Amino acid sequence: MAVGEPRRVGYLYALPALLVYAAFLLFPLLHSGWLSLFKWDGLSLGTFTGFSNYGDMFAEEGALAAFGHVAVLILFFSVVPVCIGLVLATALHRVRVRGLPFFRTVLFLPQVIAMVVVAVAWQRIFAPDGALNFVLGTEGKAWLGDSSTALLAVGIVGTWVQTGLAMVLFLGGIGKVSADLFDAARLDGAGPAGEFRSVILPALRGEIGVALTLTVIAALRTFDLVYMMTPLGGPGGSTTVPAYEIYQRAFHTGQVGSAAAIGVVITVLAFLVTYVITRVTGRERG
Amino acid sequence: MRKLPVIVAAAALVLAACAPGADNKPAQQPAGQVRKDVGALGDVTLTIWDQETRPAQESQIKALNAQFQSKYPNIKINRVGRSFDDLRSTIKLGLTANDAPDIAQVNNGKQDMGAFVKAGLLRPVDPYAEAYQWNQRFPEFVRKLASYPDSGDSLGDGKLYGVAQTGELVGIWYNKSKLSQLGLQPPKTWDEFDAALAKAKTAGQLPLQVGNLEKSAGPLLYALAMHRFGNPADETKLATGRVDANWKTEPNRQAAQQVADWVDKGYLTPGFAGLKGDDATEKFGKGEGLFHVNGTWSLATLKEALADNVGFILPPGGTVTGGTGLPWAISSKSKNPDAAAAYLDFITSPDAMRTVASSGNLPVIKAGDQVGAGPERDVLDKWQEASASQKLVPYLDYATPNAYEVVSNSVEQFMAKQLDVEAFLGKLQADLESSRGGR
Repeated sequence: MAVGEPRRVGYLYALPALLVYAAFLLFPLLHSGWLSLFKWDGLSLGTFTGFSNYGDMFAEEGALAAFGHVAVLILFFSVVPVCIGLVLATALHRVRVRGLPFFRTVLFLPQVIAMVVVAVAWQRIFAPDGALNFVLGTEGKAWLGDSSTALLAVGIVGTWVQTGLAMVLFLGGIGKVSADLFDAARLDGAGPAGEFRSVILPALRGEIGVALTLTVIAALRTFDLVYMMTPLGGPGGSTTVPAYEIYQRAFHTGQVGSAAAIGVVITVLAFLVTYVITRVTGRERG
Repeated sequence: MRKLPVIVAAAALVLAACAPGADNKPAQQPAGQVRKDVGALGDVTLTIWDQETRPAQESQIKALNAQFQSKYPNIKINRVGRSFDDLRSTIKLGLTANDAPDIAQVNNGKQDMGAFVKAGLLRPVDPYAEAYQWNQRFPEFVRKLASYPDSGDSLGDGKLYGVAQTGELVGIWYNKSKLSQLGLQPPKTWDEFDAALAKAKTAGQLPLQVGNLEKSAGPLLYALAMHRFGNPADETKLATGRVDANWKTEPNRQAAQQVADWVDKGYLTPGFAGLKGDDATEKFGKGEGLFHVNGTWSLATLKEALADNVGFILPPGGTVTGGTGLPWAISSKSKNPDAAAAYLDFITSPDAMRTVASSGNLPVIKAGDQVGAGPERDVLDKWQEASASQKLVPYLDYATPNAYEVVSNSVEQFMAKQLDVEAFLGKLQADLESSRGGR
C-alpha cells in the first residue's frame, strides 16, 4: 500500500464491519443501559426511575447473593483451572509423554462440548444414585439438592471445563520458548521448581493473561450450567448468578429494568476485570 | 468536563420522556357482529403459537390442523410449536410485537394470562362463547381457569380469555403388583394410604417415588397433603390469590407437618432433592416405588414402562389438584378474530376431543365417552369424576406473579428442614400480601 494514502479511506473499509458491530452490539448495549433506568414489566408503559434499579440491586438480598456466588465461581472457573493448567502443561512438557496430542485433545474436549450437554452429563454424576456417590461410597447424597454443596458442584464442573483451555494455551506458550533457555537454566543448576519459576512462568505471562481473561468472563456470564444443573437457582437460591437473575427477571417476573441494570453491571465488571488483567500481565512480552 | 452533569441531566429528561413499552390498551373494539361463516372470510392466514410439542400432543394438533384446513381451504395455518418453557419465555415479546400471533396458548397464571389481560394484549372471547355456545360445552371450572377481570387480578372472575383443549389431574399412580404383593388394595381412605406407606417401608420397599430437583414435585406433594386436611373452597382461594385467602391456618399447618413426617419417616426417595422429576417417573416405571404422585401427563411414559401394571387414583377424599391444559387465547392484535374463534371452536369440538383422546391425551370434555383400557381408562374416568365434582383445586402457583418461584422454593426449603412450619407458611403468606399491595 502506498505511503501517504489518505487515512479516511481506511474507515470506509471498516465501515461494513462497524455497522454490523453497531447494530448487533453497540445498539443493544446502549438500549439495555436505557432500559435499566426504567421500572418496566415488559408489557405496559414503563416509568422512569433514574438509577433506582442500581440502588435496589445493592439493597436487595437476591441480587447481592448472585454476585457473591459469581465471585466463588471465578475461583473455580478461573484461578483453579489456571493453576492446574500450569502444572499440567509443565509436566507434559518436562516428561516426554507418548501420545501427547491424545492427552491434549482429551483435556481440551470439555471446551468443545455444548454446555447444556456438559450440564446434563454432570447432573447424572451428581445424582443421588450417580457415579460420584458410588465412588465416594456415600449413599443417596443429593449434591445438587443440598444448599451447602450445590454451588461447589457447579464450580467443579467449571474447573473441569476450563482446565483444558488453560493447559492448551500454556503448552503452546512453552513450546515457543527456545530450548536454549531451558539448557541455560539447567546449566545454572535450576531444578524443576527453579526452571518453572525462572523460565516457564515469565514466558507464559501473556498466556496466563489470556487464560485469566477468558475464564473470568466465562465465570461472570455463567448461565447454562446453573440453569440446567440447578433449576430455579438451586436449593434455597444457593446457586443464583447474575446471568440467571437477568433471565428470571426479564422473562418470568416482569422486572425488565432491573434485569437490564444487572446486565450493565456485569458488562462493566467484565471490562474492569479485563483491564486489570491486561495491565498486570500484558506488559512487554518476551 | 464541567458540562457533563448538564448533559447527563438533559439526557435523563429526554429519556424519561420516551418510556419503553407502548400503551397497549387497544382502542375498545366494538362488540361487532360475530361472523361464523368462515368460508366467507376470504383468504386468511392464522399464526398460532402452541406448546403441543411432545409426541402425543404434536400428532393430535397436526391432525386437527389438517382437518381444519381441509374444511376451510381459505384459511392457512402458520403453526409455531414451542415447548412449554420456551413458549412462556417468548410469548411476552410475541404478544407485544406488531406482528403478534393470532392465537397463542397462554399459561393461566397471574404472571402470564393475568399480566397480558391487564396490558390489554388478549381479546375477551365472550361474544364467541355465546355464538358458539362454549358456555354449554365447557363446565364452569374450565371457563373460570381462563377468566380474568380487566385488572388482571384474581383468576376466575370477569371475562373469558380462552378455551382449553385438555385436562390435567395430579393423582396417585400406584404399582399394581407391588400393592398386591403387600396384600393391599388401592387406598380409599387416608388411613389406608398411611398404612400402605408404612407397610411398604417395613417390607423394604420405597413407599413414594419423588424427584424434586426442578422443585415441581414438592408443591404437588404439599398440595396432596393440603387435600387431606383442608377443604376445596379454601384451597381454591389460596391457589387463585383471593383477598380473603390465608396461608396461616390449622389445616395448612397440619398439611406441612404431614409432608415433614413423610420426609422424616424415610418414605421418599433417598436424595429426592437432587433427583430430577422425570428421572423419578422413569424409576417408578422401572418398578422402584409403590406410589408416585404426579400428573396425568405421565400417562404415556408410565404406560409404556409398566403397561397395565400401573393404576391411577384420586387422593383419598376426592379433593384433587388439577386443571386444564394451557388455554388457547386470541391476541387483541389479531386482524382475523372471527377466523381465530372458528379455529378455537374447531379444536375443542366434541369431534376434536376424539382425536385428542385417540392420540393419548386427556380431553377436557367428554372424557367418559372415549375409548381406552387399563391406565388410560383410569385417567379418563377419574377426570370425568373430578371435573364434574366441586373438589377440583387449581395449582398453587396461579395466585401471584411470583407464586411459582415462591411456592416451589419454600416447599423445597421446608423439606430440607431449612424452614419450620411457621416460617414456611409465613413465606407463602408474605408473597400473597405483597402481591395485593402493589399490583
